[in-house]
Order: sequence, then C-alpha cells, then structure tokens
Amino acid sequence: MSTYSRPHEIAQAISRSRREFLRIATGACAAKALFGFTPLLPTVPMRGRKVVVVTFGGGARDDETFSPDGQENIPHILKELVPQSTFFSQVSNRGILGHYVATASLATGVYETFNNFAMVPPEHPTVFEYFRKELKRPAADTWVVAPSNGFNRIGESGNRSYGHGMGANVILPKRLLAAALSSAGDANYEHLLRDNYETPLYTPQIRGNELELNQVAEILKLSASDFAAHARNLQSADELSVYIARRLMRRLAPSLLWITLHDIDIAHSGTYSLYIDAIQRSDRLCAEIWNAIQSEPEYAGKTILFILPDFGRDSDADAGGNGFQHHRTGDPVSRTTWMLVMGPGIRENTVVDRRIESTDLVPTLGALFGFSPEMSTGKPISEIV
Amino acid sequence: MLPAQLKPEHFTGYPPEAKELVRNHLQTLRQLPLSFLPLFLREAIAYDWKFPAERKELDTQLAYMAGLNAEQLQELMAPFARLRLSPEMERIDWVNEPREFSEQLTAYLWATHQIDAFREAALQFGQKTEAAKQAETASIARLGIAVIGRGAAENHYPLFRKLRRHGVYFSNVQASDGLRAVVEKTALRAEAHPIPFGHWYIEGAAAEEVPSSRITYVSYSSLGPIQEAVVATMRRAVETGTGPEALRTRLAQLGPQDVGMRDSTKEAAVLNRFKLSMLTEGSGTQLFSTTFVQWTAREALRRAQPVTLLVRFAPRQRERPMNELLARTEFKPELDPQGSLIDADMGAYYTWINLQRLPAADRSAFLVWFEDHNEAVAVGPTMPRGTESSSRISMRQLLEMLL
Repeated sequence: MSTYSRPHEIAQAISRSRREFLRIATGACAAKALFGFTPLLPTVPMRGRKVVVVTFGGGARDDETFSPDGQENIPHILKELVPQSTFFSQVSNRGILGHYVATASLATGVYETFNNFAMVPPEHPTVFEYFRKELKRPAADTWVVAPSNGFNRIGESGNRSYGHGMGANVILPKRLLAAALSSAGDANYEHLLRDNYETPLYTPQIRGNELELNQVAEILKLSASDFAAHARNLQSADELSVYIARRLMRRLAPSLLWITLHDIDIAHSGTYSLYIDAIQRSDRLCAEIWNAIQSEPEYAGKTILFILPDFGRDSDADAGGNGFQHHRTGDPVSRTTWMLVMGPGIRENTVVDRRIESTDLVPTLGALFGFSPEMSTGKPISEIV
Repeated sequence: MLPAQLKPEHFTGYPPEAKELVRNHLQTLRQLPLSFLPLFLREAIAYDWKFPAERKELDTQLAYMAGLNAEQLQELMAPFARLRLSPEMERIDWVNEPREFSEQLTAYLWATHQIDAFREAALQFGQKTEAAKQAETASIARLGIAVIGRGAAENHYPLFRKLRRHGVYFSNVQASDGLRAVVEKTALRAEAHPIPFGHWYIEGAAAEEVPSSRITYVSYSSLGPIQEAVVATMRRAVETGTGPEALRTRLAQLGPQDVGMRDSTKEAAVLNRFKLSMLTEGSGTQLFSTTFVQWTAREALRRAQPVTLLVRFAPRQRERPMNELLARTEFKPELDPQGSLIDADMGAYYTWINLQRLPAADRSAFLVWFEDHNEAVAVGPTMPRGTESSSRISMRQLLEMLL
C-alpha cells in the first residue's frame, strides 16, 4: 500500500460504508448502476428557481449518523429527506478544517487560506457576488443566516472586481438577540454568545457589515421585544437561525438563501451527550427547513435544497486526535463528508459514490442559476446539472 | 536562524536537564531540518518536568538519530525537509519559543496545503523510531479501570455499545463494595510495583480515600482554585481583545506559580505542570468534569504510560438551553447525571483505545463498571470477545478473573 493512496482508499471505504448504511436504512439505489448517470432535466425555469443551502459548521461523523449505531440520531434525514434526494457519499474537503475558512471556501468554490479566526472577508468572490453581479439581482435576493463567530464577513469578498456592495446580507441571529436583550436592559446574555467551543470563553468582537437590529426589525417586521420573546421559547442558537430564515423566506423570499448551523460544534467541549443532542436537533431542523420550503408558496415546487457539513471530525482511530471532539488531524474521516440534494429536477432515492470536492458546490449553483463563477476551482456536479 | 547555525550558548535559557540534553546532542540537532527541529525542541525544553516515560522516549529518539550516519539521517528527515517554509519562520526565535514556532508552522502548513504531507512525515518518523526501539518487557500487564455513572439512578442509554464486542458483558455484578474493590486493587498494584508515576487515580469529584501514597492522584474538585485562576486569565485576555491563538499562547505561558501551585518536590513539580496543562491545553476541561477526566486519562496514558489507571467519572454541570438562559431566573448550578453517564461511556471507550496504543497492549486488561449498578464490561486476554455472563459475580472476583 503506497503512502499516498492510503487516505484515498480510506475515503473510498467511508463512501462505500455510507452507501451500504443508506441501502440498509432506506433502500437508496446506487446511481451509477441504475442510470449511468444523467441528471433529470430542470423542471423549473432558471429565472424562477430558488436555492437554499444548509451547512453544518461542525460536522458529525458517520459513527454518530449513518452507521448502524448512529442512525437513531438522524431519523428525519434518513426517513424523510434521503428518500427524496440524491445523496453524495464522498465529498472531499482538501482545505483548512476551520469552520469560518471552510464555510467561506464552500461559498467561493476555492480553498481559502486565510486565518480561520481573523475578521477578514474571503479572498475570492463569493457565490452571492457572482449571483448578484451577473444576474443583476438586488441585495434582497440573497441572504446568509450564520452563527456569530466571525461569519459576519462571509457575505462578500475582498476581491476588487466584486466585493463591497455586491454580496449577500448577513444576519447573525445571536448578535441580534444580544442587541435586543441589551436594549431591554438585560445584561445577562454573555453565556448565550459563547460560540467558539474550542476556546470556550472567547467571544469575538464584531467589526463587520452584518445588519443592525433596527434594520432587521424593519425588514422582517419583527420588533426587538417580539424577537426576544420568541427566542425565550427556543432551545438553541440554531433554532433561532432557522426561525430567522423562515421569517426571511416569508417576508422577502430570497432566491439564494444560505443557512449555517453550528450547534454540533459543542463537540469541542468534549461532552458526547451534548454533541449527540445537537446532531438530533440539526436533523430535526433540516427537516423543518424542507417542510418550510414546501409550505411557502414562493418556494414550493421550485426550490433545490443542499445540505452538507463543512467537513467531518477526527476518527477514533487516529492517535493524533481525540475522536469526535475535534477536527485537527486532517485524517480522511475529517476530510470526507457528504451532501444531500433535493428538489425539482433532482433524482430521488439515489446515492452517488464518486468523489466530488466541496469546491464543486459554487459551480453547480452557477449552472443552476446561469452565472459563471470564473475564479472557482470546482466543477459543476454532473448528477445535478 | 537555521539549525546548522546552532551553538551551545543558544540554549542558555533552557532548564538544567534540558540544556544538558540538547547540548550533548548538538551535532545531531544541527543536521535536522527547520520543519522538524523546533517541534523536537518544544518537547526537549520541558525535559526537566517530563514523566520518566516521556524522558525515555526523547532519549530513545535522540539516541536513534545520533546512531545514524549523515546519509541515513538525511533520508529519515527527507519528508520533513521537503516541506516548504516561509522565510519569516527562520526569523522566529524557535530555540526559545518553540511552541510559538509550532503554532505558526501549523497554520502555515494548513494554509499552503502541506498539512497532509507533514502528517505523513510525522507518521513515518514515528514508525521508524518505534521500530528501532527494543521491545518493551513490562514487569506487569497494564490495567485500566473506568467507573462511570455516579449519581445516575436509572439509565435508558445502551451502555458499553462500543466495548462489548471486545470483551465480556457482565450483567449481574454485585454493586456493593465495588468502588472499594477497584481502589484497593489500584493500591495493591502500586505497593507491589512501586514505579514512579506508574499508578494513577483520576477522579471527577473527590475521592473518599486514596489508600497508597504511591498512587498519582488527580481530582477535578481539588483543582477548583487553579481552574478559577485559569478562567480568570482567560477572561482578562478576552477582555483585552485577544484572539483565540494569542489566548492559547498566553495560557501556555502560565506556570504553576502563576496560579498558586507549589513545586515542593521534584515529583510535585512534574505533576503540577501536568495538572495545569489539563486546564490550559484541554478544550472543555475548564467547564465539564467529564471532559476533564477523559482528557486527563488520555494524556496520562500517552505521556506517563502508567501500568495501572483508575478513572472515576462524576456528574458534570448541566448545560442550560437558550430558553433557560433567557428566563432571567437566578442561576443555580445543577448537575446532569444522565448526560454525564453518556459522556463517561464514550470516555471509557476512549480510555480503552488509548490503553491499546501503549506497548504490550495484547497483555493489558480493561474494566468499565456502571457505579452502584450491576453492569460491567471486561476486556483482556482472559475475556472471550463479544460474550455475555449473567452469573452473579463480585467486583473482587471480576478483577481476579481479569488479570
């Protein structure tokens, strides 16, 4: 066994396992064997098409999801979503395994190389900028709902040809909540803002362009007090993000909506039970997002949903890591993740096990919407477009 | 500066034993590439406060490299030498600040897509030095014991799911006197085989009794004041706008004296630094006792390579959901025994995995027991894999069967 082929072989084995787990759990078919593989033709005109992208900032391993022991944690994905979707079992992330930089890479289609903890915009144009500039779409047509650790700069790049004023609006729901509580004179929200579980007490200072509370209140027709009152009924920050996303869908119906979930990253605190709770919650929220798409007239029947973790977590077998807790080793398990795609024109109950790259997302979105992400290094995914 | 330019006086700031170690091997160190040497020095600079097993590892690696001729050493280091570094890295004071160099090297390797090549180089180096080592002939087989679930009155979680396939699942263990039996077993082994840092007891709360002074004892609750000092340092750093990387560096610079620890003996100095590093380098160890116990067990096994390890998990504080945080009710710390049981079940599995990574793993034995309950799993050469026993058995009998 050559040293260079080993990680690749491990990645393929992960993919095979996922396919087999899915076959047993859902009866999903292998794409190559059945279709050989041609995508279904688009059933929605490009102009009216909508896309919702859901990423997990903090992946979950197969051990806790697709493996026989883990399937109990993702009943909604397995029983409701996978049967309606094309599932890509081998999505490789060859970039930096930090959440902000990796999510930025997903959004630019280039493996970004900036410091994960720096308050900087992505170097390359984001999908939001391509979308708006080439298709001449207004700012209200693309939004990002993200956790607050540095994601405020993800809406637009530092690229001179794109950049300022051409990106997506970014909402950081926890920041909004902090502002709402602050305006209500409630100072006891420090713990709520904890979102970097690798360094638990660290809370980044925002120096970016996320929307202010009053702007969002105006846009969403939601007062600060109503917002805070609603938050009191929610268990986690991700539930708050999905609430905001649904409100956006109802009020503005953006064509390109990007939601990043982050609860799973509690795994960095080393508490396995909380990590499992977060996986179960994310599973439920993914189904809620799909159901929201089906129930909103502006989205039903014309929306493609992409769900993908930004990357995985370390395997139990790697002595350099500590299993589920981190994603520091760069081993194949932490680099090999999956993607689920569903909606009109997407084959249902299908598994694709060839390797794709996480940078392939942006060119695929480009092909769906009709723009050319010229700086992306990825390729459109042939099973979708 | 490059490694070839190293001189004895560059190590003036090193502690005495570390200084002697590197000066005695200067000729070898000069031949190592910059992508490797500072990482080695990061370990060597702490030589005075390392456990005997760690010292032996470093001595072995140095002896192995010193025994190679120039060509062989070059071949050994070739995967590291092939890594491209930035010129700025040569300007870092990597002799005296090897940890800072290491952090910057890591970030640079990730950013330049070389982390996989580095990982492969490190694996190869480890395999080669390991192969060159003489086979270990430990006097006694290692024993690991994990006691989980303290305070959990009932359980609906499928315990030991990952460990059952490796050993025997006992469903009728006499719970009474179980804790006393495992503590006494640890003490007996410590007295019979008095190896420095060879027998450990890691406790998530506080032990009622540690019946042998030869046991290295670490408890989460006894570190309370240290924990508060570490958290205070973190808060101060965060308030000044420090980013997470600078925060990590600041924490790494904390010494025992900064948090009120006293190095009364040489052994205390070694253990103090170990305890402090659990709080400054661990993630979540400052907040959750289950994480502290799991991480401390991992690090004790990796670094001290004990022949006996007893870990006892205790309930951690409950993580409050957002709606409770917003309810403005007075914060009353609560424990979460059920969640802690699940954490500890995984922690016990990881402890077994880490035990398996040590030499002579085929002789080692492991026991995990749901405290005050009848369930346990025993793994070892005498335990048929994937089997079950419903026979009534005491903890003392079980321990006798195990080793």
